[in-house]
Amino acid sequence: MTSQSATLPLAPSAVKSPRRSALERLRRYALFGVLALLIIGFSSAEPAFIQPANLLSILQGTSVDALLGLAVTVALIAGGFDLSIGATAATALIASSYAMVVWQWGALPTLVFGLFSGVLIGLFNALLVVRLRIPDLLATLATMFLLGGLQLIPTGGQSISSGLMLRDGSSATGVFAPAFLALGRARLLGIPVPVLVVGVLALVIWALMERTRWGRVFYATGGNEEAARLAGAPTTRYRTTAYVISGALAALGGLIIAARVGRGDVSGGSSLLLDSVGATLIGFAVLDARRPNVLGTLVGAIFVGVLLNGLTMLNVPFYTQDFVKGLVLVAALGLTFGLGRARR
Amino acid sequence: MTSTLPDTPLLVLRQIRKRFGATVALDGVDLSVRAGEVVALMGANGAGKSTLVKIIAGASQADEGELLWAGVPTVFDSPRAALQAGVATVHQQTSQLGVPGLSVAENLLLGRLCSARSAVLISPAHIQQQAAAIAGDIAPDLPLHADFADLTTAQRQLMALARALHEQARLIIFDEPTASLSQAESVRLFAMIERLKAAGIAILYVSHRLADLRRIADRAVVLRNGRVAGTFAAPLDLDAAVRALVGSTLPTRPAKNVDVVRGAVPRLALKQIQLRPDSTPFDLNLHAGEVIALTGNLGAGKTSLLQALFGLQRWHAGRVLLDGKNWQPRHCADAIDAGVFMAGEDRWRSSFLPVDSLGARLADLIALPHLRRLFGSGWIKPGQLDETAQLWINRLGIRCQGPNDTPDLLSGGNQQKVVLARWQSQPSRVLLLDEPFQGVDVGARHDLVASIRAASDTAVLIATSDLDEALEVADRVLIMDQHTLHDPGQHADAGSLIEHLEHLERFALGITATPRAATPAPLTESVL
Repeated sequence: MTSQSATLPLAPSAVKSPRRSALERLRRYALFGVLALLIIGFSSAEPAFIQPANLLSILQGTSVDALLGLAVTVALIAGGFDLSIGATAATALIASSYAMVVWQWGALPTLVFGLFSGVLIGLFNALLVVRLRIPDLLATLATMFLLGGLQLIPTGGQSISSGLMLRDGSSATGVFAPAFLALGRARLLGIPVPVLVVGVLALVIWALMERTRWGRVFYATGGNEEAARLAGAPTTRYRTTAYVISGALAALGGLIIAARVGRGDVSGGSSLLLDSVGATLIGFAVLDARRPNVLGTLVGAIFVGVLLNGLTMLNVPFYTQDFVKGLVLVAALGLTFGLGRARR
Repeated sequence: MTSTLPDTPLLVLRQIRKRFGATVALDGVDLSVRAGEVVALMGANGAGKSTLVKIIAGASQADEGELLWAGVPTVFDSPRAALQAGVATVHQQTSQLGVPGLSVAENLLLGRLCSARSAVLISPAHIQQQAAAIAGDIAPDLPLHADFADLTTAQRQLMALARALHEQARLIIFDEPTASLSQAESVRLFAMIERLKAAGIAILYVSHRLADLRRIADRAVVLRNGRVAGTFAAPLDLDAAVRALVGSTLPTRPAKNVDVVRGAVPRLALKQIQLRPDSTPFDLNLHAGEVIALTGNLGAGKTSLLQALFGLQRWHAGRVLLDGKNWQPRHCADAIDAGVFMAGEDRWRSSFLPVDSLGARLADLIALPHLRRLFGSGWIKPGQLDETAQLWINRLGIRCQGPNDTPDLLSGGNQQKVVLARWQSQPSRVLLLDEPFQGVDVGARHDLVASIRAASDTAVLIATSDLDEALEVADRVLIMDQHTLHDPGQHADAGSLIEHLEHLERFALGITATPRAATPAPLTESVL
């Protein structure tokens, strides 16, 4: 991920031509512009689209993608791709369901247990990538497979809900605690709890990354680890922390799904992975950042959410969704890298 | 081999102009190179050297002007066209010289392997045989089986040369070829260039290094701000050339710091330091306000010593005292906390971030190692970063638009000023600089030297393989060889230092020619 542009012999141009800066501004706000156009377009075609209830449901629908996108973003900022994000969420989902249904745990211990599983997975990824120096893509891909298989073992591949048939022939009697389900279903002041959770977390992580010295070191470590190390930064600690944060955020995403659905469905989490990576990469184009960034990821997730919700309202078939997402991603990346290259 | 008349220059450029947006890179440049002539192209960073080279090599096209190749007006519209006409380039970035992952033999045959007329199946034996023929007598020791990635810079250049000669090059462009060569390797390269010259090949030699040019150039053309500022024939009047380069008279060499208090406790005292188990122990005292330069061949241990003092590696035996107290950093964070700073070699690798990263602005780069001291609470104050950066931009004369620039917009010399600003922006006890003048033009070098020498409370240790640089910046020049330090004496002038270095050079050459065990000890003593 360390692409260093060679030093071009061109003298820095003292004046930027106005045309170029207009183009730059266009690129900066392009995604916001398209988002506004989409909202206007969908609202005029289908007035129900702009109703607050629908807008909130869009936000609620994108909250898990946004959360996982934040996880990808944090890992990427510190220079490591994390492909195990989706599987981590799925594992936390299964772990929390199992704790409640089979072990009959309460809401709080379950929550802690789920988050802890994410932290553990993050540490495992860090062990592979930072200590054993396995390339990040390969290591986290391996983790993804590992987790995908691991979650099938406790229940033999069955979904987890009350009445689950256990190995010894008895059936599980635990239920999802209402306090736990509230995490996915409740509203506070009319706003869905997952949206609030994501909003608060995004603000915290944004401040951490963009406004504090620790954020600078995260970015420096990801951009040029050697330079960060020579500047005195404990880079292995930062990379490990990034994987742990990433794992915990992904696990929280899994917990929210469990709370929303009220059942522990086994899945590899690969669609979660693709959507969150998509949100992160679309985020590269926001404000022409060309780097993983918190605000961009959030906008990216909302962008995809608005697009899919609108298209569904216009009765565009469900099965075209992935194609549309791919199209948006290609356009955003083209905007970021293809047109952006002209600047340098 | 050449069909041109002896007095028709092989290459003539007339009134070449090239613009990039608002920037005029070349503003009417004339240049000619004859067969069997070595023409040096000099100029500060941003003077237009690289642009000119690109136009000759077909990688870029002139907006206006004429290029005559063997007397015929020609346009090289691609590197391939230039190559076919006989223009070969030995690039500064040696990664551009070959393909890592392929063997040297395959790289030598690359031109043929990529050609559409090449046979589909080629046996490895055939490749070896052909490659050996291409390596021929210009590069007989090239390890044909080795991976290109494992070659040294000198070997890569040699490989590129062999390929160029095989492809019937008539003009060879060397772009800063000695930038990462040791003295001994440079000597060999110069010998090679002499041979090429004798064979009637025209040579365009781009370099900052005055010593290089003095040794090999028949003529030097100096560019400044996209124009030819002067042409000098051999024997080169270096002072005049440098004046043309910087556009003003040279400041005289700074006066030596004579008021260093010798009696006081040295800032840094090395006692019987042994960098490697088999190297000879040495002592070194470095006082506050003193600048010492270490010079010597590549791999002599200059970088190792600096890195050990900065906590990046351990010394084998001996003791270091920092202000009289034992000093043994475990990692570089320790060193930075104690006020021992190091600016590493190769600024893009050791100091800068990718230009799109958060923190790639000059202001952020300058503050990066000091964030913890500057912002104890954790919150960054961008205004404070910009203020500090602006202060240093003014103090060092960094040519840029402001603290928001990224370093890729700056010339090499100005980039290096940013690195120096980083380590001077906070008070330090010891400043370690590894090759701080690499790819830095003469004008910027003077600014850097002035700033380094102005620090009166810092002890400065500089590693440089360029003797000119060492003499310009330092109070004392020491020579490093075989991981040990030689002091050529308190009042060594350039002549005696060169003599000393040439001794070592011959010694190094002797080592490579004969087996490693060939009694190095007595020779070292005779040098001392």
